[in-house]
Amino acid sequence: MAGHASKQIDGKTLWGGKISPFSASYGKLMMWFFLVSDALTFGGLLVAYGYARYSYQGMWPIGEETFEALPLLGNGYPLAYVALMTFILIISSVTMVLAVEAGHRMDKKGVVKWMLWTIIGGFFFLGSQAWEWGHFIHGTEFGKVKLSDGSSAIVKGEFGHIESFEVITPGAHSPAQGELITNENIHKSEKDLMHAFQHAAVTGNLSGTSATDLIITLHDGTVAKVNRKADENLELLIKEAGTKYAVSLPSDVSTRVAGDEAEALYYEALTQGKVIYGANLSENEYGPSQYGQFFFFITGFHGFHVFSGVIINIIIFFGVLKGIYHARGHYEMVEKTGLYWHFVDLVWVFVFTFFYLI
Amino acid sequence: MGAVAHETHHGHDHHEENFVSKYIFSQDHKMIGKQFLITAIFMGLIAMMLSIFFRIQLAWPGESSDILNVFLGDRWAPNGVLNESMYLGLVTIHGTIMVFFVLTGGLSGTFSNLLIPLQIGARDMASGFLNMLSFWLFAMSSLVMVSSLFVESGPAMAGWTIYPPLSALPQAVSGSGLGMTLWLISMTLFIASSLIGSLNYIVTILNLRTKGMSMTRLPLTIWAFFVTAVLGVLSFPVLLSASLLLLMDRSMGTSFYLSEIIVGGEMLDNVGGSPILYQHLFWFLGHPEVYIVLLPALGLSSEIIATNSRKPIFGYRAMIGSILAIGFLSFIVWGHHMFVTGMSPFLGSVFVFTTLLIAIPSAVKVFNYLTTLWKGTIVFTPAMLFAIGLVSTFITGGVTGIILADSALDIAVHDTYFVVAHFHIVMGMSAIFGMFAGIYHWFPKMYGRMMNMRLGYVHFWITIVGAYGVFFPMHFVGLAGAPRRYYDYSVYESFNMDSYNMMMDLNVIITVFAIIAAFGQIAFLFNFFYSIFRGQKAPMNPWNSNTLEWTTPVEHIHGNWPGEIPEVHRWPYDYSKPGAEEDFIPQTVPVKEGEEEH
Repeated sequence: MAGHASKQIDGKTLWGGKISPFSASYGKLMMWFFLVSDALTFGGLLVAYGYARYSYQGMWPIGEETFEALPLLGNGYPLAYVALMTFILIISSVTMVLAVEAGHRMDKKGVVKWMLWTIIGGFFFLGSQAWEWGHFIHGTEFGKVKLSDGSSAIVKGEFGHIESFEVITPGAHSPAQGELITNENIHKSEKDLMHAFQHAAVTGNLSGTSATDLIITLHDGTVAKVNRKADENLELLIKEAGTKYAVSLPSDVSTRVAGDEAEALYYEALTQGKVIYGANLSENEYGPSQYGQFFFFITGFHGFHVFSGVIINIIIFFGVLKGIYHARGHYEMVEKTGLYWHFVDLVWVFVFTFFYLI
Repeated sequence: MGAVAHETHHGHDHHEENFVSKYIFSQDHKMIGKQFLITAIFMGLIAMMLSIFFRIQLAWPGESSDILNVFLGDRWAPNGVLNESMYLGLVTIHGTIMVFFVLTGGLSGTFSNLLIPLQIGARDMASGFLNMLSFWLFAMSSLVMVSSLFVESGPAMAGWTIYPPLSALPQAVSGSGLGMTLWLISMTLFIASSLIGSLNYIVTILNLRTKGMSMTRLPLTIWAFFVTAVLGVLSFPVLLSASLLLLMDRSMGTSFYLSEIIVGGEMLDNVGGSPILYQHLFWFLGHPEVYIVLLPALGLSSEIIATNSRKPIFGYRAMIGSILAIGFLSFIVWGHHMFVTGMSPFLGSVFVFTTLLIAIPSAVKVFNYLTTLWKGTIVFTPAMLFAIGLVSTFITGGVTGIILADSALDIAVHDTYFVVAHFHIVMGMSAIFGMFAGIYHWFPKMYGRMMNMRLGYVHFWITIVGAYGVFFPMHFVGLAGAPRRYYDYSVYESFNMDSYNMMMDLNVIITVFAIIAAFGQIAFLFNFFYSIFRGQKAPMNPWNSNTLEWTTPVEHIHGNWPGEIPEVHRWPYDYSKPGAEEDFIPQTVPVKEGEEEH
């Protein structure tokens, strides 16, 4: 297996047939190519997540705020638990390396010991993920309060003692449709029109509550057709045939109420609005529905990989116990499952980064 | 067959082969190749029939046809008039079967399996078991796809690209229900089959080459299969991601691809998803898929053109380079399928640039084919005719490709019959011509008998005339403004009368040619199946070819060569070498003293 790696072979002989050009058996090579393939499956999923996240105009949930609980100890430990499970998973990769290394030395006892640790690490990770999911699904005490007018509220405090009730009215986040007018060409030639528009807006001829139904009645009574283009500053650009206007759109407006008033508002919301607790596949309290959906799907798909990795490790573990590979004279099967296990760990690093860190 | 095998092949346990292990669950690459071929022919026939059914509707919309009623019954063709939903089902399944089952599984599966071990000098694939598994997954996947035609609510109807929301909402059209589910199951099996097969091809080519078979002595067929397999390994997993998310949208209530949508007057709960996301994921597979289909055909024809021109292939290394370049570029052009999705014009221009770049390696290939033919002693076997036909269709279809690559022009003809004409010529015809060329050329290797030449010529001329007759007029139908996947154009008043009349006249011509081309395939089918049993016995090297597969005995043995595996001393294209006694020198002949290697 590792025998001819040290031998000096010139390139022509190496690629000239009858010899494995990568000094790897076909099985190991197959595993490598399979992993490349699987990496693209995860790549596709993570890119899809990125696409959903960056095309969303509002706030995306922040990992530290969503995941801050520890078993038995309660809330207030941002990312502590996921850091622990990530650490354990990476350690299980180290023990896998030690198992492979023991295999190279034909040390059956060593392989058994380190494989066992790897399997335990895998089970710990799976259990932790189940706990994380459970926590994510159940959600916080107050959930997300959805008010009947479409705005939502964040509640802080405890039952019986509500500290604050923060109502968030969404601003105009809608993506662009229609003609693009840049700030430059407005400043250059259409200052006057902008002034006229501002005048119209101030004197109350601007109607509609959200960007989607914003109607501008001009001083001469005509109604401007609105084409929206929201840039980073949530600036709205509008256009009527022959004329161009620009206006800044409000971003999310939040109103915070504290004390008894907050309590009253909360119970009113409970009865009249809708409270979402935790997450499911169609909605969640943390943010847009795609957040929860991608979280479940991608961590689930990864968890399924870890699960199958543990199963494969167990099968190989029993193979080692029975001495199958020892009799074969090499522990390449351990090495191949090791490759898969490292890959699963590596993928978790990416999943962890995308869902928890950024 | 079996007796010789047992004394010669080593490394495996000797066992008596019974009917099941020899013909059904065979692990011999030659048998698996033949299994792929027969399955693909069967699937191809079904897909061709479906195309005839919807061509009848397009040529004579609303008119009663007994053929439709006989085949589709009262459910889908009441009074002989094709049902609108089934029209969509037919185009969807036609496309799916042709692209995936005939030209991916059929073409690559047949010839990679047959030729990789034989041409690189290996006893079998790296893993015979996985190879068998690959075929049986393919067979199951084919079965599921065909069975979806018989479901009461009809097969998938969202087009072969299965864009959401049609594919994501079970209530969208009748085929979006069970038919679509079966489509997804079938494709999942197909992806597994393709992955296992491709992994096997890659490691076999890398690890199992015989002594002296360096990468630059490989026949171009093998290079093409190699890059094809790599493309498959890299692109199909992304389709898997896309289908998994689609499956979630269909059955678990997620909204990955769905946004505010109203079906049947009812507002659905879905918010925030993006159908464009699906298109990106799909075409990341979809474009490399075009080359997964095309490259093996190009590889086969390289071999056939060189052999039958009795000349070395022109620009061997340039051919390898262009195969690699096409493989690489195929991953960065997918956006050209999506110019009308509201993509930033700047991003669009990047995709225009990368797409136009593909013209360079493609043109290199065409140039090399032509220069190989130039002043060659051309032997016009049916295989050679089909290979030359491929060069022809590759040029014809490639030229319209340049138009479609340019976003400014593409937007005007996007999703019209112009596009349909383009990809049917450049990908459909070219690949199927490559496949026919391969079948005629390697039939003696597969079955130890020759196919009938005269029937081969009849088949070729009917096919090329029929196929051009079908797809050439389609360009004009497209330019007249006919969008694809429309059931009946007569109900749209916005077509002006002149272009409408022209379009309808051309549609009749197209359908007539399609029927002629379909009947032409009888010549092939008869020839193929008759020759398996009654064909003239084949000599060991019927085409005086250099490659290793012609050094194996005519009667198949498990392990390919009796005795030692041959050693390779030269590249495979030493045809008409100056100073040589014969006009071909097989790869196994050592280089003489003073003789220069190519």
